Amino acid sequence: MIALLLRDLRLAVRAGGGFGLGLAFFLIVTVMVPFSVGPESELLARIAPGVLWLGALLSCLLSLDRLLALDWEDGSLDLLATAPLPLEAVVSIKALAHWITTGLPLVLAAPVLGILLNLPLEGFRWVVISLFLGTPALSVIGTFGAALTVGLKRGGLLLSLLVMPLYVPTLIFGAEVARRGAMGMGVETPVLMLAGISAAVIALMPFASAAVLRINLR
Amino acid sequence: MLPDLGKYSDTVLSAYGASLALLGLLVVLTLWRGTRVRREMDALEQRMRKDG
Amino acid sequence: MSIWEYANPRKFLHSSERVMPYLWVSSGVLMAVGLIWGFFFTPDDYRQGSTVKIIFLHVPAALMAINAWFMMLVASLIWVIRRHHVSALAAKAAAPVGIVMTLIALATGAIWGQPMWGTWWAWDPRLTSFLVLFLFYLGYIALWEAIDNPDTAADLTAILCLVGTVFAVLSRYAVNFWNQGLHQGASLSLDEKENVADAFSNPLYVCMVGFGLFFLAMVFYRTGTEIRARRIKALLARQRQEA
Repeated sequence: MIALLLRDLRLAVRAGGGFGLGLAFFLIVTVMVPFSVGPESELLARIAPGVLWLGALLSCLLSLDRLLALDWEDGSLDLLATAPLPLEAVVSIKALAHWITTGLPLVLAAPVLGILLNLPLEGFRWVVISLFLGTPALSVIGTFGAALTVGLKRGGLLLSLLVMPLYVPTLIFGAEVARRGAMGMGVETPVLMLAGISAAVIALMPFASAAVLRINLR
Repeated sequence: MLPDLGKYSDTVLSAYGASLALLGLLVVLTLWRGTRVRREMDALEQRMRKDG
Repeated sequence: MSIWEYANPRKFLHSSERVMPYLWVSSGVLMAVGLIWGFFFTPDDYRQGSTVKIIFLHVPAALMAINAWFMMLVASLIWVIRRHHVSALAAKAAAPVGIVMTLIALATGAIWGQPMWGTWWAWDPRLTSFLVLFLFYLGYIALWEAIDNPDTAADLTAILCLVGTVFAVLSRYAVNFWNQGLHQGASLSLDEKENVADAFSNPLYVCMVGFGLFFLAMVFYRTGTEIRARRIKALLARQRQEA
């Protein structure tokens, strides 16, 4: 398992840019926001938590189609399916690798981009905490979407269409934590809900992803 | 013929119009595809039977 | 004689052909009666004026939008567990009907909301969850369309339907938490005080049954179409093999 994780991480870092690209996209989206809504710092401060969450979600989404596609094309997915490791573990590792290469950098970059958006000082802590709790769920749900569309030629758009509605609860609670935190309100309930969703999704979703992958490998 | 709908007549009529249009569209598309597929299958089965 | 006999496509086609005329007629009559009754012979509400008449479209459509998804869930489960093709095809056949019902509920709601709430759209929990339901329908239909192999498509969409149901319910609660709504509570409930007046509820019941029968008729018909389309595919494949 650890070997597989290391292999995926090494491939992501090495193979032409999958690694930095999500982060660069996050930066670009955030920079585009003031251009589209205007530079007033009060407005930006108010929408900053939501923008950061939306940017993180989009960069997560865009990196999903590479998650399984490469292994599908060169046949290593078939090898992994016949390996002694259960497929549920394989997809969990894949999701973990995706989170380490995409989600974690997003969490770390969010405060820097928060400065650009004039995020209130109290907000930084909660934006980071909410992203840290929420992005694993995004990776795991995304793995399910990637497994659904892995055999398709032009799966990219379909993947977004399928995964977006599944992201709704995570996004609502995650952005709510960040928003309330930035406004200095109590955040216990949404934090607990967000953590609950992440935990449940991490525990249950690999079974669905593995089932879907088995069907696609048939 | 129409009942007196008062000042909201546009609202009510457009709601009924839009809904009936959507339902009608669904029925027409369903029947259209249904008859086409049925005809296609009958023709195909006939041909296969003739060929043996 | 058990219900599983209808899992045989030929048997299903045969019996649905016999039931179909009754379904068409009864749903047509009930919908016509309910809507005409509602449109021509109900009084205006003292607060909402004549806009209450929209309820006879809005509530049944919303009801069927949710029930259609529920029926797809049950059909998907039957397919996953017992591998009856008719079941998978019935789920596929129901999805477009469900999305049209969702659209009607959203459209009539927007038209109704304009004079009553002063806005076409508000991010109210009920409205928002219907929009999310609409997105789920879109994804489900798109996935069916995207996959060539019919068995793979049936399997994948069935799992998407199961996972989607969980997330749709989750979204409903998340959305509730996220925004307090404008929308009133349930129109029909066992609690007498909450209920709409009798003058409205009787034609409403007729409309609801009519919409339900309409949904059944459409699903039966469309499932028949899907079975035939599948058979055409199989026959053509066999022909190619022999050639």
